[in-house]
Order: sequence, then C-alpha cells, then structure tokens
Amino acid sequence: MELDIVALSRLQFAMTALYHFLFVPLTLGLSVLLAIMETVYVMTGRPIWRQMTKFWGTLFGINFVLGVATGIVMEFQFGMNWSYYSHYVGDIFGAPLAIEGLMAFFLEATFVGLFFFGWDKLSKVGHLMTTWAVALGSNFSALWILIANGWMQNPVGSAFNPETMRMEVTDFFAVLFNPVAQAKFVHTVSAGYVTAAIFVLGVSAWYLLKGRHAELAKRSMTVAASFGLAASLSVVVLGDESGYLSTEHQKMKLAAIEGMWETEPAPAAFTLVGFPDQKARETHYAIKIPWVMGLIGTRSLTQEIPGIDELVTRAEARIRQGIAAFDALQQIRAAGGADKVTSEVRQAFENNGHDLGYALLLKRHVDDPREASEADIRQAAWDMVPHVPTLFWSFRIMVGLGFFFIGLTALFFYLSARRRLDRYPGLLRLAVFAIPLPWIAAELGWIVAEFGRQPWIIEGVLPTAAAVSSLGASTVLMTIIGFALIYTVLIVIEMALMVRAIRKGPEADDEPEAELVPQSLVAAE
Amino acid sequence: MILHQLIDYETLRVVWWLLLGVLLIGFAVMDGFDLGTATLLPFVAKTDVERRVVINAVGPVWEGNQVWLILGGGAIFAAWPPLYAVSFSGFYLAMFAILFALILRPVGFKYRSKRDSAVWRAGWDWALFVGGFVPALVMGVAVGNVLLGVPFRFDPDLRIFYEGTTLFELLNPFGLLCGLLSVAMLVMHGGAWLVLKSEGPVAERSRICGSIAAFVTIVLFALGGLWLWLGVDGYRITSEIATTGASNPLAKTVEQAPGAWFENYGRHSWMMLAPVLGFAGALGSLAFFKARREVSALLASSVAILGIISTVGLSMFPFILPSSIDPRSSLTVWDASSSHLTLFIMLVVTAIFVPLVVAYTTWVYRILWGKVDAKAISDGSGHAY
Repeated sequence: MELDIVALSRLQFAMTALYHFLFVPLTLGLSVLLAIMETVYVMTGRPIWRQMTKFWGTLFGINFVLGVATGIVMEFQFGMNWSYYSHYVGDIFGAPLAIEGLMAFFLEATFVGLFFFGWDKLSKVGHLMTTWAVALGSNFSALWILIANGWMQNPVGSAFNPETMRMEVTDFFAVLFNPVAQAKFVHTVSAGYVTAAIFVLGVSAWYLLKGRHAELAKRSMTVAASFGLAASLSVVVLGDESGYLSTEHQKMKLAAIEGMWETEPAPAAFTLVGFPDQKARETHYAIKIPWVMGLIGTRSLTQEIPGIDELVTRAEARIRQGIAAFDALQQIRAAGGADKVTSEVRQAFENNGHDLGYALLLKRHVDDPREASEADIRQAAWDMVPHVPTLFWSFRIMVGLGFFFIGLTALFFYLSARRRLDRYPGLLRLAVFAIPLPWIAAELGWIVAEFGRQPWIIEGVLPTAAAVSSLGASTVLMTIIGFALIYTVLIVIEMALMVRAIRKGPEADDEPEAELVPQSLVAAE
Repeated sequence: MILHQLIDYETLRVVWWLLLGVLLIGFAVMDGFDLGTATLLPFVAKTDVERRVVINAVGPVWEGNQVWLILGGGAIFAAWPPLYAVSFSGFYLAMFAILFALILRPVGFKYRSKRDSAVWRAGWDWALFVGGFVPALVMGVAVGNVLLGVPFRFDPDLRIFYEGTTLFELLNPFGLLCGLLSVAMLVMHGGAWLVLKSEGPVAERSRICGSIAAFVTIVLFALGGLWLWLGVDGYRITSEIATTGASNPLAKTVEQAPGAWFENYGRHSWMMLAPVLGFAGALGSLAFFKARREVSALLASSVAILGIISTVGLSMFPFILPSSIDPRSSLTVWDASSSHLTLFIMLVVTAIFVPLVVAYTTWVYRILWGKVDAKAISDGSGHAY
C-alpha cells in the first residue's frame, strides 16, 4: 500500500480508534461494577463496599479521562478526514452521533463530576443514583455509536437522492432497530464488562498475592468473577457474527474469517487452524471441525454459507448493475432532474440505484465506471475480498481468548463460592497475567469488524477510497505524527498513574467518614 | 413516515439554524468559563493551593460542559452535514490544534494532583493554560475567517476542494482580531466564574483580570464591527431563493458586496438587539465586577456572549459558510441542511432530551453551589483535584 491520502487517512483513523478503544471497554464495564458495588454498600450499609467503590472509582477516573479526551477526536475526524463521507451520509449517520451526545454524554459527563466530588454533598441514595447515571450514560453511548456503526455495515432505511448527491434517510426506525447494530451492541458492551471484570480480578489477585487488602480484594473478586462469567458467556454466545448473514459483505467477512474459498454444503465445517493464502486462494493445512461453522454463522443446520469465490461472482453482477445505475444517474443529472428523463432511465435508476456504490468501486481502476473493461470489473470484484489471513487469525485469537475468559471467570466463581480465593497462588498469578488479554481481544474485534469491512466505508454504498477529504498527504502525515506523539506520552503517564494508584491501594476505612473521601483521590500533600 | 410533514421544511431549517446558534452559545456560555478559567490559571493563582482552588472551581463541571462542544459537532453533522464536512476538513489544522489542546485539558484536570512534584504540577498548569487559551483563540479565528469567506468549492459531485487554508492563512489580521475577541470574551466569563467560586487573592486577581477582559471585549467588538463595515465584503444571494429546495448549494448564484453583512439590520431593525446585548453585557459585567456583584457579573458576561455570537449569525443570515473562491458554493440555511425527515426527527429528539439535560444540569450545579474552600484543599479534604 503506497502512502497516499486514502492510506494515510485510514491509518490515522485506525490508530486513533484503536487507541480510543483502549479506554472505552474499561469505562463501560467498570462503571457498571462501581454501580453494583455501591448498590451493595447502600443496601447493606457496610463501609467496605463504599471503600471498594471509591478505590475502583479512582482507577475508573484515570481511565475515563483519556476515553473522553480521545473520544472528541473520533467525532471530529469524520468531518476532518472523511468529508465526502460526511456529506454523503451525514443525513443518516449524523443523527445517532447527535443523539449520543444528547442522551448519553450529557448524562455520563454531568454526573461523573458529582461521582468524585459529591461523596459528602449527597445522601447515600443520591450518590448511588449518580453512579448509576454514569453507568447508564456510558452504556447508552455505546448503543448510539453502534447504531451508527451498524448502519455502516448494513445501511438500511435510506436511499440515494440524485438532487442532493447523497444518501438520505427514508425509514429512521429501520436504522434504529438494525439487527447488525443490535448484535454489535450486545457484543461490544459484554466485551467491555469482561474487560472490567478481568481487570478487577487481576488487580485483586495481585493484592492477595502480596497479602494486602485481603477483605477488599476477595469481595471485589467475587463481584468480578460472577459479573465476568455472565459477560464472557454473553460475549461468546451472542457474538457479533450473529449479524454476519444480513448483507453480502458481512457474508464476505464471515467467509474471510473462515478462510472459506468455496461454498460448502450446510452445515459448514469450522477450520480450527490453517494457513489462508490470499494469492493461491486456498487455505493450506486446514484442520476442520464438522458442522461448527454452520452453527456459529447461521444458528441452523440447513442454511448455506457462501464461500469467497461465490461472493466474488455475485459481486461482479452487482458491479454491472451499479454501472447501469451510474449511467442512469448521469442522464438524470444532465437532464436536471428525475422528472425530466424518459421513464426507461428513471426505471433503470430505480431498479439498480441500490448498487450505485458498486460502480464507485471501479473508480480505483477507471475514471468513468461506464468505460470499465471486463478485467476492471473482475478486478473490482476481487478487491472486495478483505485480507483473509488478518481476519482469519484475528478472529481465532479473539475467540480463543473469549473461551479462556469463560474458563478463568468460572474458575474464580467456583473458588469464591468455596471461599478458597486465596489458596492457590498459581491461579492468582494467572489472573494477574490475564489483565491485558481482554484489550487484545477487543482490539482484534475492532480489526475483524472494521478492517473486514474494507473496501467499503459504507457497505455497498460508498467505497472507503471515495470518502476522504481532499487534503494534502503531508498535512495528514503531520497530524498522524502529532497524534502519535501526544498519545504515546499520555499512555505512558496513564499507565504510570494506574500502577501507582494500584500500588498505593485503597485507603484504610476505619477513619472518620469525611477523611475517607479525598485521600484515595488526591495525592498526599 | 409522513408525520414530518407537520412542520414544513422551511420552518425546520430556520429552527435548526436557531438551534445551531443555541448550541454555539450554549457551548460558549457553559464551557466558555472553563476555557476562560484555564486561561487565567497561571495569572490569578500563584501558590499550589491557589491553583488547586482555581482547578477545583471548574473541576466537577467541566466534563459536562464540554459535552456542549461534542453535541455541537454531532448536531452540525446531523442537521447541517455540508457545514460539518466543509468546515471540519477546510479548517483541518486549526481543528487539529483545538483537538490537541482539548486532549490536554481533561488530562490536566485529572492528573495534576496525582503527584506531589512541583515540576509535574507546573507542567500540567501550562497544559491547562494551552487547553483553555488555544481553543478560545482558534475558534474565534475560525469565526473571523467564516465572515471573510472560506476558500472552498464544490465539484458537481459535491466533493469539496480547498485553496490555501493552511493555519497561517487563517491567521490574517481580521481573523486574529476575532480570535482575540473570543479570548477576551471567555476570559471575562471565566473571571466572573472565578470571582463567584473563590475567595481572597484569587478572587481579587480574577476580578481585575475579568474587568480588563470585559473592557478589551468592548473595544475589540466595536473594532471588529467597524472593520467588517469598512473593510470586509459580505455576501448576498442573487438568484431566486427556494427555501424548501433540495440541499444542493450549487443551485444558486451569489455575489460579494461591501456592506452586505449589514443589510439584515436595515431590513429587520430588531436584529440590532444582538450587538446591543453584546455591548450591554460586557459593560454590565464591567460594572458588576466593580460593584462586587458576583452572580450579576456572570449573568452579564453570559449576555455579552449571547449578543456577540448572535451578531455574527444574524449578520450572515441566511449564509452559514460563505465561499471566497466560488461564491455559489457558499452554504446557506436553504441549501446546506439535512433532509426534511432528519431535521424533524432530530427536532423531536432535541425537544425530549434538552429539557431533561437542563433539568439535571441545574440540579448538579445546585449541589455544587458555593465557594471552593481553600482550607479544605490544603488539609487535603473535600475536593478531588
């Protein structure tokens, strides 16, 4: 990939999105865990649960702030680097982003200040409501951003308007209740819960290994293990791929994940390991488990999953329809409106308009899609195949980690129930080393979903290459370096503060209430 | 869905133009005092305890206030997609500068007090200063350049092209004047907030800085108006205006003309209220600083912000982003909005959630009402940052 503006814009987006997503999962999960811990405090009145809420709250705060700081970058980048995208789909894509601000961010951000500053200004119940408001707000924000993202994967409820040269909403409820968005929301939020659970589990395990704060650590582990077990079951069972049969490209993603070049009779076998070869278009040394892929992908024994070769052939047909749509559109625009052309042209646009985006894919190879040769069409259809080994391995590592999290949380759930949490140092060490793993799984999940979406920015509607701003490559390179610098400095500082806060541990809770508040939050003078 | 026909497209566009103003003013009033406070931080607070008083004065609320900016971005995206696309990419490096500064700000608030070292804290103090000063300046510079016209054009596919929008070209004299006006206005506002939230030397210095800023605001606002009158060509639509037409900017013709930014005031004299409020608010703020009426000074500076931002919007109406190199590409209220249906849906959502947001924000501010207690900070109790 040469360093053109498209590649640079993609690099910057991927870099900032993956970085932003280092902080989001922990915020999603830890906010709920805080609310659960504080609920126990309010219900039982036992101060240790307040101490736990405050201690984990300190770590939550250090993480949260970077999520906020890097989140603004995400929202602004659509307009900055993807201005044709913003024009082309803003009518639909902008709405969930705005609603996210109104419904989620205000709730989360207004109350998060009160969470930290309000311990001695609010009643017990008042503060508990504040904590729940923060948890609710962060989870709502995941809902709306995934409705937006779900639409990129499965652009329902919209149509192209030749007069405004953009997609416009036709059915808002279809956008809202997009099945892909729902699958993504459940999966992503569960992944956040797993991240927080493993984090709490690991940090608590470290305390037990050091023989510090045993009471707090054990209680935290009990909460984290049960919450984490439920969440990791949900993240695996209700995987994102449940939405993968909704659209052609989602099917392509599924076939690439599987390294499945040819369609197999249902139910398809799952390739446990193998070496997908993009050039030879086959997967070497595949070890297959019968039936499993069909079950994962379709939840049925009879539905067929198309292979890559078949999907490419289908894509060729859609490119041809796209060319017909493109041709009709040019005639409509030349005549100055859909009402000024012959009914055949209008009909041609109505019949093929949904594949207009496929014609735009040809622009990489030829200026006017109508002049595309057979070879161009074939090439554009093959461009539709994502990088198979990347998807294949990302998915397998992610799923493998998912099963590991189920095992780990189930094990600690059992130990907690038998009151043996501090008996096995080996297992505690395992929990400590597991801390970074959910982040790896989450980042790989992003790669499967978004890298796997290429070459589309909006599936079937707009190719990524057509969506960029007409900026100079050096300008974007400059901001990439700028982001890389500040982000690197900040993650180093964040990790250092996190480790420092963990080493310092919670404040003793036999002190009077008023002094309990700040010392966990403020460095000693 | 036919429900959206209840409100016609023209009305919805005007409503969303007003809401755009509400959002920008909401941001400038709510987050404006955070930006102003951060800008004042190194100047009104000398000792560590004083600085923490200043930081804690905005500590619990800046996060919620910043959502006005995020919502502004989202709402412009949803309701005015071409405006979002052109302005965010056209002002690319300026946007980057704002983002860079806004990344420093939350981190500065949160991380500064986590360590005891003086170097660490002094470093974050300057980061916070940058986080307040740079966005205030750059946003003002951007508004100044919008009044001048931005060098962009559309091709027939409505792809956007720019000619010369580097950071240095934005920093022209008029743009800089608007940038400084923006800084002065927000420093006045931040000063008023600090007077309200602090005591002793911090409050006294904030009062002095706020008064100076109020005075500078008046001078720069007058100077800006004069400059706009004498030296800046406005824009006017020369073709027939289809207020319910498709959102395609290329359907109209536009000319640049001296004094065109003042024509609305001739047609609708009530619009004069906006600049009057701008001056009256700043003057009032100056007077209330002197009279030591804390709440009134803050209210007056809010009125000044309302007046000054409204002046820009009303002068340009129906333009929202004029193009200097291809005037017909200019974005106006009538050809840069979302579809009828999207504007309607977003209005319904806004009507449901904005009252809720205002209600709980008010509740939170009431809980946090009162001065920051310097003694509690030096004891290490009662405040988080």
